[in-house]
Amino acid sequence: MSPKDNFVLPDLPENPSRRNFFKSGAAAVTLTLAPGITVMAFGGTAASAAGADAGKRWGLLIDVNKCAKDCTACVTACKDENGWAGYGDPEQNSQWIRKVTMRNKATGHETEMPVMCQHCEDPPCVDVCPTGASFKRVDGIVLVDKHTCIGCRYCMMACPFKARSFVHEPVNNQKPHAPRGQGTVESCTLCVHRVDKGQIPACVEACDATGHGAMVFGDLNDPASDISKALASYPSVALRPDLDLNPGVRYANL
Amino acid sequence: MKRLLTIVSLLFAVLALPVVAQDSGWRYGPTLSEASGDPHPEGNEYMRKFHMELMKHDRDMTLRDGEREIDASLKQCFDCHTVKDERTGDPVTYDDERHFCRTCHDFVSVKVDCFTCHRSTPEGFNEPSPLHARLLDLGASPEFEMVESFITSLETSSDQ
Ligand code: HEC
Ligand code: HEC
Ligand code: HEC
Repeated sequence: MSPKDNFVLPDLPENPSRRNFFKSGAAAVTLTLAPGITVMAFGGTAASAAGADAGKRWGLLIDVNKCAKDCTACVTACKDENGWAGYGDPEQNSQWIRKVTMRNKATGHETEMPVMCQHCEDPPCVDVCPTGASFKRVDGIVLVDKHTCIGCRYCMMACPFKARSFVHEPVNNQKPHAPRGQGTVESCTLCVHRVDKGQIPACVEACDATGHGAMVFGDLNDPASDISKALASYPSVALRPDLDLNPGVRYANL
Repeated sequence: MKRLLTIVSLLFAVLALPVVAQDSGWRYGPTLSEASGDPHPEGNEYMRKFHMELMKHDRDMTLRDGEREIDASLKQCFDCHTVKDERTGDPVTYDDERHFCRTCHDFVSVKVDCFTCHRSTPEGFNEPSPLHARLLDLGASPEFEMVESFITSLETSSDQ
């Protein structure tokens, strides 16, 4: 049960409100059109009005071979987009995404790749959360509902990818679409505020802009999506496949 | 005579205006800063009573269901309800008692934690300090000062 079932909005004192008007207006427009064609009135796009779609599973494919050494475009873009650059103690700053270097001890070969929340199908962070703040959206995006987060950090212990951070210091100048503050846990949201508007995550956009094209974002459930086609045509792995978490983030050429 | 009547009725109209403009039921309480933009179709009285329910409802729609076309969006409140400092012309943060959300809340002794995470000013304004976003914000209460001096005493003793 999601907490919203607990809320019953009080009736308005008088006639139809803006909220009812908008809802019914939007529905009417969607209904009158042929299947597959939706036009939203009131400036919205079909994607933003629909919300999370249970038929989708959002994922990322990271081609490690294309990930350039010393390039941190994805990390910088995430910081800018979600405002977690931080100040004060660098040891306490959040990391929604980080570049990890792996060195093959036998050959000395080094591989770099970005690691962020892996958006597991069976997320351990959700299992352990005592308040239901850690949750998975119907479209597979794993989030913290900071309104119910009590800052206990069990989820940080449970995550095998160290993907979550705790905010130790008071924060100001947040981005309006990415509120964050002292005493709660946070992690990569797969740029849910952009995805809901039909856009791609900021890290993927930045990686594309550098020309490396190491990151592909898309719907794993749609066989025609770029990511599904890529996954079908060359080998890829999940991090920690032994844990059987079925992450939405996959790595190729690792 | 007709002219006199018009003048008298006009006078009455002018005198009656402030009374009409004040909507019913709001006679006692703090004075709110002026809002810009369109008023709420739900009406001021409804908003006064139920703004917290509306926001709680809509925040779950956004977070849990990804529904972003919401009416009671906390980030949008300050598009219309920004209080500016007369001297600097800058929007005030939640740290300031003139902030829109504090005018009533201070009056009725309500404290909300929304602004530890959410901006209390419109996007683009550079908030000078994170003071308003402290979690342990018991204000200037004696308890807070006690806790604060206790913590500082611990810090200074551990330095030695
Ligand atoms: C589009 C502009 C706009 C937005 C956005 C907006 N308001 Fe308002 N609000 C107004 C106006 C205009 C009034 C009427 C003020 C008056 O009558 O003097 C008002 C009145 C109110 C009142 C009643 C004030 C009184 O005089 O009793 C409350 C409470 C309120 N708003 C809360 C909110 C909250 C909470 C949000 C965010 C969820 C919000 N408003 C967003 C424009 C806006
Ligand atoms: C018109 C006066 C008024 C304004 C302006 C106002 N509030 Fe309130 N608010 C109240 C009152 C009164 C209560 C307490 C209601 C009660 O306890 O029954 C309250 C309670 C709340 C609560 C619930 C607190 C709790 O502990 O249950 C929240 C959340 C809230 N307000 C958010 C806001 C935000 C955010 C703003 C600014 C955008 C705002 N309010 C502006 C009058 C106001
Ligand atoms: C610990 C951090 C935190 C606190 C405290 C917090 N929020 Fe949020 N809030 C968030 C995050 C994160 C989102 C998700 C934003 C998104 O996905 O766009 C959010 C989203 C929302 C939204 C929907 C997005 C929008 O349009 O603004 C509303 C409404 C909201 N919160 C209201 C509140 C209210 C009211 C309070 C205070 C009672 C509050 N929040 C306190 C973190 C917080």
